[in-house]
Amino acid sequence: MIPELGHYALMLALGLALIQGVMPIVGTRTNDPVLMSIAAPAALAQFAFVATAFAALAVSYVTSDFSVLNVYENSNTQMPLIYRLTSIWGNHEGSMMLWVSILTFFGALVAVFGTNLPVVLKANALAVQAWIAAAFHLFILMTSNPFVRIPNAPLEGQDLNPILQDPGLAFHPPMLYLGYVGFSIAFSFAIAALLEGRIDAAWARWVRPWVLGAWMCLTLGIAGGSYWAYYELGWGGFWFWDPVENASLMPWLAGTALLHSAVVMEKRGALKVWTILLAILTFSLSLIGTFLVRSGVLTSVHAFAVDPRRGIFILGILVVFIGGALSLYAWRAPLLKQGGLFAPISREGALVFNNLFLTTACATVFVGTLYPLALEALTGAKISVGPPFFNLTFGPLFIPLLAVMPFGPLMGWKRGDLVGAAQRLLAAALLAALATAAAFALERGGPVLAPFGVGIAIFVMAGAITDIVERTLFLRVPLRAALRRALGLPRSAWGTAFAHFGIGVTLMGIVGVTAWGSERIAAIKPGDSLDISHYRVTFDGTFDRTGSNYRDVVGRFTVHRLNGEMIGNMEPSRRAFPDRNMATTEAALISRGVSQLYISIGDPNKDGSVPVRLYFKPYVLMIWFGAGIMFLGGGLSLSDRRLRVGAPRPAKARSKAVPQPAE
Amino acid sequence: MKYLKALMLVVVLVWSFPVRAVQPDEMLSDPKLEARARGVSEQLRCLVCQNESIDESEAPLAHDLRLLVRQRIEAGDSDAQVINFIVARYGEFVLLKPRLEWHTAALWGAPPGILLIGIVMLIIAARGRRGWLVTRGAANLTATEEARVAELLRGKSAP
Repeated sequence: MIPELGHYALMLALGLALIQGVMPIVGTRTNDPVLMSIAAPAALAQFAFVATAFAALAVSYVTSDFSVLNVYENSNTQMPLIYRLTSIWGNHEGSMMLWVSILTFFGALVAVFGTNLPVVLKANALAVQAWIAAAFHLFILMTSNPFVRIPNAPLEGQDLNPILQDPGLAFHPPMLYLGYVGFSIAFSFAIAALLEGRIDAAWARWVRPWVLGAWMCLTLGIAGGSYWAYYELGWGGFWFWDPVENASLMPWLAGTALLHSAVVMEKRGALKVWTILLAILTFSLSLIGTFLVRSGVLTSVHAFAVDPRRGIFILGILVVFIGGALSLYAWRAPLLKQGGLFAPISREGALVFNNLFLTTACATVFVGTLYPLALEALTGAKISVGPPFFNLTFGPLFIPLLAVMPFGPLMGWKRGDLVGAAQRLLAAALLAALATAAAFALERGGPVLAPFGVGIAIFVMAGAITDIVERTLFLRVPLRAALRRALGLPRSAWGTAFAHFGIGVTLMGIVGVTAWGSERIAAIKPGDSLDISHYRVTFDGTFDRTGSNYRDVVGRFTVHRLNGEMIGNMEPSRRAFPDRNMATTEAALISRGVSQLYISIGDPNKDGSVPVRLYFKPYVLMIWFGAGIMFLGGGLSLSDRRLRVGAPRPAKARSKAVPQPAE
Repeated sequence: MKYLKALMLVVVLVWSFPVRAVQPDEMLSDPKLEARARGVSEQLRCLVCQNESIDESEAPLAHDLRLLVRQRIEAGDSDAQVINFIVARYGEFVLLKPRLEWHTAALWGAPPGILLIGIVMLIIAARGRRGWLVTRGAANLTATEEARVAELLRGKSAP
């Protein structure tokens, strides 16, 4: 009964989406306020029905209703409740349900908090949001229905792959989806602006919180996925340039560019048309990411052909939305009036530089990811594009971007003072030069470019601090005055500094672990030890351990510093699941500051030796700490009063139809 | 790097796939040759896996290829010769870094090409009066907004 209820609720949501997609637009054309005002309640009702459908699926999972095919295939009564819940989105149908739930949730948020939006803009934006929702409701109902029943309900479900029962993997998809789908708001507002044929700086102010929130979630989602890969894959890689990873990186790059161009638009009224295009492209890349991951086209062009219904349906969604949006853009963008002149050397100029390199980097990832597919489809030739290609092309695009980054916030709007900014960055540059020299002096056998990487990372971090020091006049005015100034700084200024600092931290981690990470691979017997970096790791022997549904062969290792100081024990293991005839490896990690020691073992050999992989990962934790700092920066910026969602409106603003003046 | 004085000891036991990558018994005794073998392996794709180099993969085919690479290196081949040898047998698909040829020209040309197009467009926009980046234009307000502006200018409603 409950699954049918969910199925029915989803159909009703589709009907509501169609109403919400058509009526308000008719209203804006005929200038009918009643039709326009349908949008908000329809969005709320649509969310209510989708939430009902999602709840119905969740109830089926929690109660282990194996008469539902989707539950039977992906759940088991033995699993802890938390994994029974997260396995909802551990499969195709359920993850599409999560997608539309988040999409309609955002639509409802716009309806609730968008009370200060111009009526026409709000009606149009919610209508566009409804088109996207309708397309995905239809996709679920026609090709990926999670509520299909099995005639004779089995007693027990098929177990979920143990690898998927991991906290990292449980919360990674929702974060990514919050990011992907969050960009749909920017997309809907962009299309709404094009439909209306006018746009102003206030548009950027309405859209920026959504973009910022989506960007934060995406940042955390990508970082979480990266950390999961690091500890899960048994050899400590953190980024693989896998197409699935690229699918999430592309919207992040475009979204970062959008975040910055929207600032220019909000403050200076320039780059309007470009910002609209970026808003369209960012969500288009999110859709493409969904297509790449969901259609199976990545495994090979042929896997796509095996079950073409879903793939072709999503491809249709892509063509209609991206093609339609870009056509509309080409047709209507010339109507949008531009404004705001600026010199090349200025804050705007720096942000244009940022956009140029971010979009080029994004396009590079796009071409690299899709080129093999396109080439095979066109000529039949099969080629691979892997990490060596991306490292060679992406790196040179990102280095100049990062080197210029500290200058941006120090430039004035309209006309900046490059010499002045350079003077203020002198301390940061000296620090960076010092760090480069130190890295050269201390380096043993790393790549030649690595010390420069360290220099840029330090420059970026010190540059972010310089920005705050300059704004607070720290050391130039009495400490109390500086503190008062620091407290008085807009939160968005702190947000910028934090996010930029975080980029430097992440870069430092990447450079450190790539250039100076070391590994020892050997088969060793109890009593043997391996030296790595400043540590001596001694193998004490193996013992067996039995868990609920697995057997472990645990290797016990003792870690000392080379000077004899005891650090601790590490117990990596080889884990066998007799029921599933599967074996996994549990790596052991030990953190020393921001660096880590990492051990994984293989099956013991006949002579009693055990294959051991021992890694020293210097600075590796900085990669994810940096992402956390970026997230924090985004949060600070989002809490800025200026951008606060639902900030109290000025008391005297009477008519909603009148846009707020863009300060 | 100075480590934090306070002992930060976090031992995390985590799920993992089976141990991957090169096995101890495959490795060459000469560290220089082994390092070269690792470098070559990182550029070759495991043909039966999804986006993994033979250095990372645990598939039997990757194991065979790793041994083959090491045989060729021990026989005195240069890195390029080893790669050519493998490509001759398994095709271009095995290369993770595609060669620059006519059918990959667009791939390799894309990053500098796109950057160049972007720069040219920026220059045109900055110089031209009708560029899309920096242009002048009065805000086009509707009649109601004009009225509102006038009202604001008179100072009646100043939020």
